[in-house]
Amino acid sequence: MIRFRIIKRKPLPGWAKIVIPIAAILATLILSAIPILLAGGHLWKSYFYLFHGALGTRYNLLETFVKASPLLLTGLAVAFAFRAKFWNIGAEGQLLAGALTATVLGVNLGGIPPVLVLPIVIIGGFLAGGLWASIPALLKTKLKVDDVVSTLLLNYVMIHIMGALLFGPLQQPGSSWPRSSAIIKAACYPILMPRSRFHMGIIISFVAMLIIWFINKKTTFGYQARAVGFNIRAAHFGGINTTSVILWTALISGGLAGLAGVGELCALQYRLIMDISPGYGYSGIVIAMLGNLHPVGVLFSSLFFSVIIVGAQTMSRMTGVPTYIAEVIQGMALMVMLIFLLFTEFKIKVLRK
Amino acid sequence: MGNNDQPVVRMSSITKRFLDVTANKDVSFDLYSGEICALLGENGAGKTTLMNILFGYYTCDAGEIFIRGEKVDLAAPKDAISRGVGMIHQHFALVPSQTVLENIIVGTASRRGIFLDLKSARQALLELQERFGLQIDPDARVWTLSVGEQQKVEILKALYRDVDILIMDEPTAVLAPAETADLFNTLQSLVKEGRSVVFISHKLNEVMDISDRIVVLRGGQLVAERKTSETNARELANLMVGRELLESIEKKEFAPGEPVLNIKNLSVLNDKKLVALTDLNLIVRQNEVLGMAGISGNGQTELAEVLFGMRSPTGGVIQINDLPLNFGSPPASIKSHMGRIPEDRIDTGLLMDLSVEENLILENHSSAEFQFCGLMKSQKIHRFSDDLIKAYKIKTASRDAVTKSLSGGNLQKVMLARELAGRPSLIIASQPTRGLDVGAMEYIHQRIVKERERGAGILLISDDLDEIFALSDRIVVLYEGKIMGEAPGATASREQIGLWMSGVKA
Repeated sequence: MIRFRIIKRKPLPGWAKIVIPIAAILATLILSAIPILLAGGHLWKSYFYLFHGALGTRYNLLETFVKASPLLLTGLAVAFAFRAKFWNIGAEGQLLAGALTATVLGVNLGGIPPVLVLPIVIIGGFLAGGLWASIPALLKTKLKVDDVVSTLLLNYVMIHIMGALLFGPLQQPGSSWPRSSAIIKAACYPILMPRSRFHMGIIISFVAMLIIWFINKKTTFGYQARAVGFNIRAAHFGGINTTSVILWTALISGGLAGLAGVGELCALQYRLIMDISPGYGYSGIVIAMLGNLHPVGVLFSSLFFSVIIVGAQTMSRMTGVPTYIAEVIQGMALMVMLIFLLFTEFKIKVLRK
Repeated sequence: MGNNDQPVVRMSSITKRFLDVTANKDVSFDLYSGEICALLGENGAGKTTLMNILFGYYTCDAGEIFIRGEKVDLAAPKDAISRGVGMIHQHFALVPSQTVLENIIVGTASRRGIFLDLKSARQALLELQERFGLQIDPDARVWTLSVGEQQKVEILKALYRDVDILIMDEPTAVLAPAETADLFNTLQSLVKEGRSVVFISHKLNEVMDISDRIVVLRGGQLVAERKTSETNARELANLMVGRELLESIEKKEFAPGEPVLNIKNLSVLNDKKLVALTDLNLIVRQNEVLGMAGISGNGQTELAEVLFGMRSPTGGVIQINDLPLNFGSPPASIKSHMGRIPEDRIDTGLLMDLSVEENLILENHSSAEFQFCGLMKSQKIHRFSDDLIKAYKIKTASRDAVTKSLSGGNLQKVMLARELAGRPSLIIASQPTRGLDVGAMEYIHQRIVKERERGAGILLISDDLDEIFALSDRIVVLYEGKIMGEAPGATASREQIGLWMSGVKA
């Protein structure tokens, strides 16, 4: 008789932190063969176009970075909040709050010196996202309202605020579509590479990643957020102002998501539309988990996601496999990663009798 | 008692390893019918592991188990239960929202067709209760019961399953003295019927009181086996720790100093908004240990919480070094120069998932010494933690080791190191040795004495009377939120304190 038991394993050496995510991604790609074959695709051709489409040409490679930028920001937003156990499921709404504010500012700031416009738009978008996130944080700290529910529901509130404004005061004069006027030239992110869409927002997202890493690692605030996340009662006992830690966490987290909205608006769309985000805020949750809530992990998982998303377009064009396959692969990646993380702490022991 | 025929349980040469730790090494253990056998040892000596193997919870890496002479292979608790082995863990396995009866029949075949047969189950339960004097309302919801009553439910649950080898893991850790006496009566009546009990404990006095035979484990190995009638607490303590313990604590005499803590007319409500403390007055002076005795649940927890800044009182004043304390703010309590040892070090005192170093700097990480403009001064922090780890002999792999990897005694050392590093003038020590083994307890007691000599005033809240008597200059007894009486530590009688603890004013 053979029996299995799950037992704890010895702590893995440091290199495991790098090897395991890579192994998880390889496993995901192998498992992806199943849906690709089910969709009737030719296996090797599909894999080839998946990667060629994302990395194979200069334009496609830069496009992968364009796609990674909002994913990195929302991933960071969620990871930063989750670390302090502020369950921010509302990055989508915060992203929209950022885009909406950037629209209002970007359309109307024609009268001031052009150099000042972009900083104001960026700061405005950051604050809008941050303030939108601080509503559930206030409800959580003052009234003990569950943050999972309140952050999630505020997404819908924001979508409908946006809809109301796009059909009302923000609607482009003369248009019958729910879209705003275009923002002024000074409010657009500069394109940094010719013949591509590689824009300043990509740099902003990478800098944000470094700043978050620095806050987590080197500052008293990062320490306090970790303490609050692991045991809020002990943190309170130790003299940490837990309310303020949660509020600041929400502000920064929402601000990062807001920046993602500013980027989509000021670098790609130039005007607010209802479909400004294809669910980047929700993808951010998966990316944060996949990256194990670590800024560098979030960077790699957002790049992986954007490779899949961008590559799936080409794959679909060339082989007829639907682009939905990208979402299937993303979901599988998370599950494989969670299983792999489980096995960093536990192993299966086979007992033979 | 101790009959010489074949043992009901024979565990021979049991070895069990967890990763690098050998929890049991070549342990042989016999249990006879009709006896209470105490399994004595410090925390981490391997007592619970050994019994978990007998209960089928763990499988052993080497060794054999015989129950009633038959070699058995216990893969899961159900295999053990079917052979009459039951184990009651420290944390009960009860469903709080269900009734006593429902908890007792869960997993047994009390049904007729697809319906529960509650009627005959109730009958059987009432008979058991009658036989062993375990009176509990079968229809009471478990969450409404006290810890002692919940333990009775666990025992009934085992009896209902025809368990005749009952293992109890530190059963008295959660009980008040009267409940302990109750439990001992029950255990006596069980063995009178020919059942056997294994009593896991590290409390010497209890083991002397209840057991027929004592098996001592140390570091995973069996070091001694004694008939209870042929040994004494001192010998057992030395066997358990493996070295001579200090005879008693030496204390220097001090003249009463200035008051460091002055509590006036303090009134506090508990979580259920019921009165926890009424009009309490208390003074603690320099160079003094004030022992606060009392059965837990008489307001000690709430008093400590008010002092720690974790709870706001409804009335009264607290002065620390003649300055009024701001209520309800942990930072205010920290700034008042108070060393705070909470009774719940795992949930309140320490951050178990953070490193040892991160715990050591918890209260002063934002002081100018350890940060500049929000940036941590890691060099200084490392030096500070290394010094404390050395000074307090904290056994840890490194300052970066995760705190939950430490043993109970070392956790408390981290707690003490953090709280005493600032040389506080007042120390509130709430149940400072609860759950600790003899060796760690000795260390903590010496620390408290040292702090007293340094000049600190110490409020020692404890439900361990031995500890109160060993350390206190003065003893007060708290009963239902009031001070029942006060006596000097040197001349107080145990009888008097015991009477006050049960609310009798003599």
